[in-house]
Amino acid sequence: MNRNDFPMLNQDIIYFDNGATTFKPQNVINSVIDYYENYSANAHRGDYDISYKVDLKYEDVREKVRNFINAKEKEEIIFTSGTTMSLNLVATSFFAKYLEPGDEILIAKTEHASNVLPWFDLANKIGVIIKYIDLDKDYHVTIDNVLNAITPKTKLISLAYITNVIGDIRPIKEITKLAHERNVFVCVDAAQAVAHTKIDVQDLDVDFLGFSAHKMYGPTGVGVLYGKKELLDQADAYMLGGGMNESFDSEKEILLKSLPYKFEAGTQNIAGVIGLGAAIDYINKIGIDNINSYENNLRKYLIEKLEKINYIDIINYEADSAIVSFNVVDIFSQDIAYYLNKYNVCVRAGNHCAKLVKNVTGVTNSVRISLAFYNTEEEIDEVVDLLSDYEKIRNEMI
Amino acid sequence: MDEELKKEIILENYSNPSNYGKVEDSSYDKYNTNNDSCVDNLNFYIKIEDNVIKDLKFEGEACAISKSSSSIATDNIIGKTIEEAIEYISEFENMIDQKPYKEEVLHDACCFCDIYKQNNRRNCAYLPYRGLKKYLENYHK
Repeated sequence: MNRNDFPMLNQDIIYFDNGATTFKPQNVINSVIDYYENYSANAHRGDYDISYKVDLKYEDVREKVRNFINAKEKEEIIFTSGTTMSLNLVATSFFAKYLEPGDEILIAKTEHASNVLPWFDLANKIGVIIKYIDLDKDYHVTIDNVLNAITPKTKLISLAYITNVIGDIRPIKEITKLAHERNVFVCVDAAQAVAHTKIDVQDLDVDFLGFSAHKMYGPTGVGVLYGKKELLDQADAYMLGGGMNESFDSEKEILLKSLPYKFEAGTQNIAGVIGLGAAIDYINKIGIDNINSYENNLRKYLIEKLEKINYIDIINYEADSAIVSFNVVDIFSQDIAYYLNKYNVCVRAGNHCAKLVKNVTGVTNSVRISLAFYNTEEEIDEVVDLLSDYEKIRNEMI
Repeated sequence: MDEELKKEIILENYSNPSNYGKVEDSSYDKYNTNNDSCVDNLNFYIKIEDNVIKDLKFEGEACAISKSSSSIATDNIIGKTIEEAIEYISEFENMIDQKPYKEEVLHDACCFCDIYKQNNRRNCAYLPYRGLKKYLENYHK
């Protein structure tokens, strides 16, 4: 649906790599151009009209984000460069200070590198212990397995809302409830979720949550960290410089600004933030629930077609997201991507930055199709057709 | 080399790679080579005696191009002196960089002569040589 809104779709390509990044609708592109063409000044420097306009627009987006994820306060919305920075900020500015040697962090082996490596770094630097929640036969996180993994030393559970290879949706609300009953914090990587499912941080009651604009039809290089106000207040500054300090003197006394500005050092990605605002407007216009049900139906359609091909192994049958990972028997995933590319089909091959997944699935790499609402059943038919002739694949994969 | 022959050489070396398999013999050195743009990950096992590469084997995961290139590379390099192998590698580099190269040195590795047209696959074809070059250049150091 809404294909006409996306200039990239005027090209003769089938784009099935939306988990990596999504295309941008015209209103997002226009909003970025409008900033650069009509009021391209810095923010927080409201000494003249166009700068004042930047301030208003920039803060207006913060309010849009707050509303979009239903945060209680605007101050809980920090603009970052993306999910990776959001998670690193949580690890470095909050948990590095809060955790002690021997404290335990629970993650899963199906996490993306961005939700693994910041915690590994804490393990290496301050001696916290990383533990993995067992996964069920479909590689999903279950409440029982979370309960089994929690010990008196557990201080944090950090999980993706939806994972980027398996595409499973985690029961975050239930996990948070039982975590909080045991004084355990919950941090959520919402990169793969934000464009596909409604996120309500108050309902989920998570402590921290990060996502990227470019995976939700917005610009690259900008994202969001949500954190509960009382926790963000306790956190150290992540980067220091202009815009985040109230004052400093030659005695090295630094007085930080209050939230959210203490985390927004240096000139921010203003065009990106404005584009993010336009992306939120766009998603709201279509309706996240409409997007969700359309994409779920599309995934079911794809699975039904793929499972009829006997040499295709689907890795994640059971997942209510827009992600399908699979392999073609005896053909390396990259060769499949290369073959499909010859027909202008964009899919991702490899380990998808989730290098621990192989420890649970036994599959080191796969082909991933990640759908968006602008994809169609006709596109799926075309790709399934291409995958239905094994000899053709073998012949044309090099 | 015509297109069909190139394809045939590549597919044959992919389906039935030469010198393929894990080596557990302490007279071999092992080095790993991987491709940062994808998940190719190959281990090579090399045995050098009297300055001659007596054996070269490989195993691991790789795409059709990396695997077939490794198969051809091992076939062609076994029996060469270190200096000859280094010369062979630079001829291969010349080929994929579209510089003049000696076909008679590269033999069937010339099946990758058009690989420069596919930038993402250039690295795949070069994969077996990257680790080997580093290994050989450091061999006498």
